[in-house]
Amino acid sequence: MNDVENVKAIKGGEFLIRETNAESVFIPEEWNEEQLMIAETCTNFLAQHVTPNLNRIDAQEEGLMSHLMDEAGALGLLGISVPEEYGGFGKDFKTSMLVTEKLGAGNSFSVAFSAHSGIGTLPILYYGNDAQKQKYIPKLASGEWKGAYCLTEPGSGSDANSGKARAKLTEDGKYYLITGQKMWITNAGFADVFTVFAKIDNDENLSAFIVEKDFEGLSLNTEEHKMGIKGSSTRQVFFNDCKVPVENLLSERQNGFKIAVNILNIGRMKLGGGTVGASKEVITMAVKYANEREQFGRAISKYGAIRHKLAQQAMLTYAAESAVYRASQNMEEATEMMIEAGLNETQAKLKGTEQFAIEAAIIKVHASEVLDYVVDEGVQIYGGMGYSAEAPMERAYRDSRINRIFEGTNEINRMLTVDMMLKRAMKGELDLMGPAQKVAGELMSIPDFSAGGEEGLFTKEKKYIANFKKAILMVAGAAVQKLMTQLAKEQEVLMNLADMLIELYVSESLQLRVEKLVGLRGEDSCKEQLDMMRVYINDAAEKIARSGKEALNSFAEGDEKRMMMMGLKRYTKTNDVNTTQARRNIAAKLITENKYCF
Amino acid sequence: MPPCVLCGKNIRNVHNVFTQYAELLKKESQMKILVCISQVPDTSTKVVLKDNNTTVESAGVTYIINPYDEWYGLIRAIELKESGIAGEIDLVTVGKATTEPVIRKALALGGDKAVRIDAESTDPYLTAAYIAGYAKSMNYDLILCGKESIDYNNGTVGSMIAGLLDIEYIGFATGIHIEGTTAIVKREIEGGEETDSCSLPLVISCQKGVAEARIPNMRGIMAARTRPLEVVSPAVIEPVTTILSYELPPAKAGVKLVDPADMDQLVDLLHSEAKVI
Repeated sequence: MNDVENVKAIKGGEFLIRETNAESVFIPEEWNEEQLMIAETCTNFLAQHVTPNLNRIDAQEEGLMSHLMDEAGALGLLGISVPEEYGGFGKDFKTSMLVTEKLGAGNSFSVAFSAHSGIGTLPILYYGNDAQKQKYIPKLASGEWKGAYCLTEPGSGSDANSGKARAKLTEDGKYYLITGQKMWITNAGFADVFTVFAKIDNDENLSAFIVEKDFEGLSLNTEEHKMGIKGSSTRQVFFNDCKVPVENLLSERQNGFKIAVNILNIGRMKLGGGTVGASKEVITMAVKYANEREQFGRAISKYGAIRHKLAQQAMLTYAAESAVYRASQNMEEATEMMIEAGLNETQAKLKGTEQFAIEAAIIKVHASEVLDYVVDEGVQIYGGMGYSAEAPMERAYRDSRINRIFEGTNEINRMLTVDMMLKRAMKGELDLMGPAQKVAGELMSIPDFSAGGEEGLFTKEKKYIANFKKAILMVAGAAVQKLMTQLAKEQEVLMNLADMLIELYVSESLQLRVEKLVGLRGEDSCKEQLDMMRVYINDAAEKIARSGKEALNSFAEGDEKRMMMMGLKRYTKTNDVNTTQARRNIAAKLITENKYCF
Repeated sequence: MPPCVLCGKNIRNVHNVFTQYAELLKKESQMKILVCISQVPDTSTKVVLKDNNTTVESAGVTYIINPYDEWYGLIRAIELKESGIAGEIDLVTVGKATTEPVIRKALALGGDKAVRIDAESTDPYLTAAYIAGYAKSMNYDLILCGKESIDYNNGTVGSMIAGLLDIEYIGFATGIHIEGTTAIVKREIEGGEETDSCSLPLVISCQKGVAEARIPNMRGIMAARTRPLEVVSPAVIEPVTTILSYELPPAKAGVKLVDPADMDQLVDLLHSEAKVI
């Protein structure tokens, strides 16, 4: 497992069986001046145009959201990663992630933004032919036209390929007539261009079409009443023999499901970035409130119970952020390698994204759950005011909830994480068997108690992470062996395995980030980050142990089970960390800075 | 395209010559503006003193463009350029290399080129003298600066530049309009507003009202990298002041709310705690 140091982890999913060199990861502390300027533009845009208008936005004031999108377009924020030849700014994936992160603090606006620049624009950008790109992309990149994406139907959500919408060619061969009903369509109320998925005749797989709002036969339902993101336009879109010119078929017939899946991979990663941005903003509000609100004669930020919450919020957010940008960098590097290998840019981007689909699913689940924790404790820190619609926490709490549902529910994404991992192993793309057998062998042998040379700042944590990998390989290996083809149906076990993988990936991303940061700034300037790493990995060990135990209890038996339980204990053992003191340190920094400051 | 009867060249080329000449004439007739940019700590900075209270700690401080320079001076200059009245906008700052990110942000908003005078800018006279030294040979029609920088709050650099260049100065402007070679400037006075007329060249210090804040757009941010940022050495000038020490304001005392019905408590507090009665 330690044999590939100093080589970049370039393949998706390989984090389970390979060690990554800290030097090779990208950390947000490395943003350059131009990227920071772009980030500041996003923050200023929210502060000046969005935050003061949140009530008006949530009331869906006529034309307001569309106007805000125009403003964002005028600043160039809708075309960040669109190539310059199509009117964009040709920035890399990380920069567009940074924009998504910063605008992620914009409540309903961030949903409209993400839907437009992600699922609204990318299908055409990545799969469109030149004529389609020339026609639609410059207008989408400038914001002159707004984009939406019609996949979900009343009867087909997670099971996207089962949609009932149908398309049939007209007798003259000039048009497709689409008939069907699409649901939960973000931006529908003001979108000009829809990417619509439907099956042609009795095809097995979906096809994708570019549909303009004025095409005959398209109509909209009224706005849905939602728990949160009330300012985001969400409607049903009806297609009644909607007349779509044949040249608006996107990519090839029956290629729609592939498009949908690939665009979702990017969307998932971006959702991770957006929720990290929202988390940071909520933490800042919580810290400020805790510093201002006095009870029993002191600011409530002076109390340990509140400090614990603040530290936990910041630690989880910092960890999620580490994973988001590590994976973004990997995706970019994979894309570059594909270009070097001779693929065109669009194909390379798709392949690069596909390569890191496992990480994208992990990030989507983790970061959305982090935000839900952050807003939940945000409400708690605000106390009574947290429950009041007069204060911003109540909105943050409601708006967060959708993130665990859209872009593939967290349950679907958990299953995908394990499913993709195992499929790659079966295809021989990922050698899980070798390392899994090695772990099985190790289980039989006497544990290694030797000190193992000089102890560095990260020796322990690296060892813990290597052990987490062994724990997962052991449990997953046994699950595959015992359950075989039944595993796909044992969803509880899949959830356990996914949870273990998520904790591993995030722990490792955080450890690598802090290691690199210490290299850049020195240990003394990274005390709180080191504390976050220690606490996170300590907690991750417990979560991995718990999930592993639950899984083993469900399918293993007898001596084998006893042995694996012992192995699990061994692989999730960490030395004692004074997590209370560490959290106090983290909180103290937040309280002094009076904002999220990592 | 038919060829020109005089020179035989393509008509479009002749047209281009005229267009270029017209542009040159226009440029000649347009104002040249210098905007003074100062780097200041972000408004949320916690000021920490060091070296026996003679220096302000810069580590961990986020720096921004002085809002009075940015929101009012620079943005008004950009507006004048957009309306065709001004031609070129130059930016100048007095500061060490660490001020370059801030200057590039100003370029992202809209300056054409920037000059950094490589010196510390803690003394207003020195700052003004360096800028005047640079501006002397440049024939600027208008020099804009903020009414003060939000760190040292001297509010004197603009007037000193004008004095050193021997041109007119209007301070605390709330509105600037240009008519030909005359500036019509609104300025705040005690209890009201005054409107001045003054011929160019002129130094104006700006405050709220002169322009509305803008956000740098992607085009500007990307162009900022390619816009020239020249570094010049400062002239050798002796400072006239020395900072002996800084002092932080006393910690804010807590506010006590007294029930309007409870006058006794108020009197008691004023007497025993505030000791004012």
